[in-house]
Amino acid sequence: MSTRTTSAPTPKIVMQGVTKSFGDKQVLRGIDIEVAPEESLAIIGTSGCGKSVTLKCLLGLLRADGGSIQVDGTEMIGAGRQQLEQMRRRFGMTFQFGALFDSLPIWENVTFRLRQQQVMTRQQARDIAAETITQLGLAAHVIDQYPAELSGGMQKRVALARAIADKPEMLLFDEPTSGLDPITGGVIDSLILDSVRRLGATALTISHDMASVRRIADKVAMVHGGVIIWCGPASRMDDTGIPEVHQFVHGLADGPLTLAAQAAARGD
Amino acid sequence: MIAFLQNIGRTTLAFLAAIGRLALFTGAAVRWTVMPPYYLRQLGRQIIDIGYFSLPVVGLTTLFSGMVLALQSYTGFARFSAEDTVATVVVLSVTRELGPVLAGLMVAGRIGASMAAEIGTMRVTDQIDALDTLSTRPMQYLVAPRIVAGTLCLPFLVLIGDLIGVFGGYLVGVYRLGFNPSVYLSRTLEYLQFSDVTLGLIKAAVFGFLIALMGCYHGYHSGRGAEGVGRATTNAVVSSSILILISNYLVTALFFG
Repeated sequence: MSTRTTSAPTPKIVMQGVTKSFGDKQVLRGIDIEVAPEESLAIIGTSGCGKSVTLKCLLGLLRADGGSIQVDGTEMIGAGRQQLEQMRRRFGMTFQFGALFDSLPIWENVTFRLRQQQVMTRQQARDIAAETITQLGLAAHVIDQYPAELSGGMQKRVALARAIADKPEMLLFDEPTSGLDPITGGVIDSLILDSVRRLGATALTISHDMASVRRIADKVAMVHGGVIIWCGPASRMDDTGIPEVHQFVHGLADGPLTLAAQAAARGD
Repeated sequence: MIAFLQNIGRTTLAFLAAIGRLALFTGAAVRWTVMPPYYLRQLGRQIIDIGYFSLPVVGLTTLFSGMVLALQSYTGFARFSAEDTVATVVVLSVTRELGPVLAGLMVAGRIGASMAAEIGTMRVTDQIDALDTLSTRPMQYLVAPRIVAGTLCLPFLVLIGDLIGVFGGYLVGVYRLGFNPSVYLSRTLEYLQFSDVTLGLIKAAVFGFLIALMGCYHGYHSGRGAEGVGRATTNAVVSSSILILISNYLVTALFFG
């Protein structure tokens, strides 16, 4: 039997003490997150607790007020426009409501970034779009339709196709199963899992859907009051001993997360 | 009293902040119009939207304005036996003033509103953030082509509007007021100078820039939800209309004399 010394891999994404305010309302009060390469982290928390703001700060869509955000060891807070743009190219992201471009057919949506980055013929782009969406269980002819002609579940698949089309190193999912029935939600989860594994990507997901979190996450972090109150393996989230986590994970009406407490935590 | 002063202070600060935001937005918009990459397909789409699809509304507006102008000026000038000047009054009024202003206001209503609504909807549905994540600068992809198309298309629209407006005056002059067609035409051209037309076209380019800028600015900074987009649309039309009227005076005063 051989012995090997293993050291923890260098984290792909590190957020330390990240703060963000809107006017006099402080949404993030010091977010600390680490995501290892090829790890899948889910961020959970009540509505308005700052999960989406955390994701937008990570991508530089919102400018964090303080703290540190590092991607592969490179500091992103205070980075220039070009550095941010280069960093964003390494991410694929799906938005809560798809954010597909209404005025473009599906094939142009899916290959949007590829066509910005490299010269390709219309036919090449259509072929790539067809191949990507068929991997996600959609019929190839869908590429000629427009987003408004698709169901919610199909739009989520197209959004996923757009995020993975150029094979990014890191994938961000904002509420990937919101508004979907449980069966379609399960299908989306398995497609996410499959895509993340196939690409060897690092994934960060925001979700309220605990069934989805259990399926796709290796690690879970819960945000409350603008900070991470618990972070650990998904398998341990049922027995953290933290009342807020227990209430949220089990969807209980009674507990410390009353509507008034949530509003107070948000600074409303 | 203190509350009153606080209100004034708050409003003044908000106004100055809005001016600052608009100035920064304008600077960025102008800068991205000249920086590559150029989104020619987007530009083409906007040129068709602004230039081609605005033709009917601009044509109808200037046609009837030219017709009314011929009737009104005839009524006025007949009182001191100066009916002969109707053709000159019509052509100068249309080319120097009515053509650009009316076309500008009509396009502000049609295009300014649609730009604000489209970009505002993209804002509230995260499509603008999506552009950022897809290696595309929203200012360059969404705003720059609209600014260029607005600035280029309005002069062409106004030129066509001028011709249609003068034609409207001709129809009324000849068929309603009994002018001799060749005399009306010669009077139309006799006192018209090249600078009359170019002044109108310069105004049109300024109006086109302002309409696109206001439509994009209000859409880009749209508030959340349907109400936010609705307010952005209204603000785009109102602010571009006011700016058209103000800049109309400024450009006229600049070239006066």
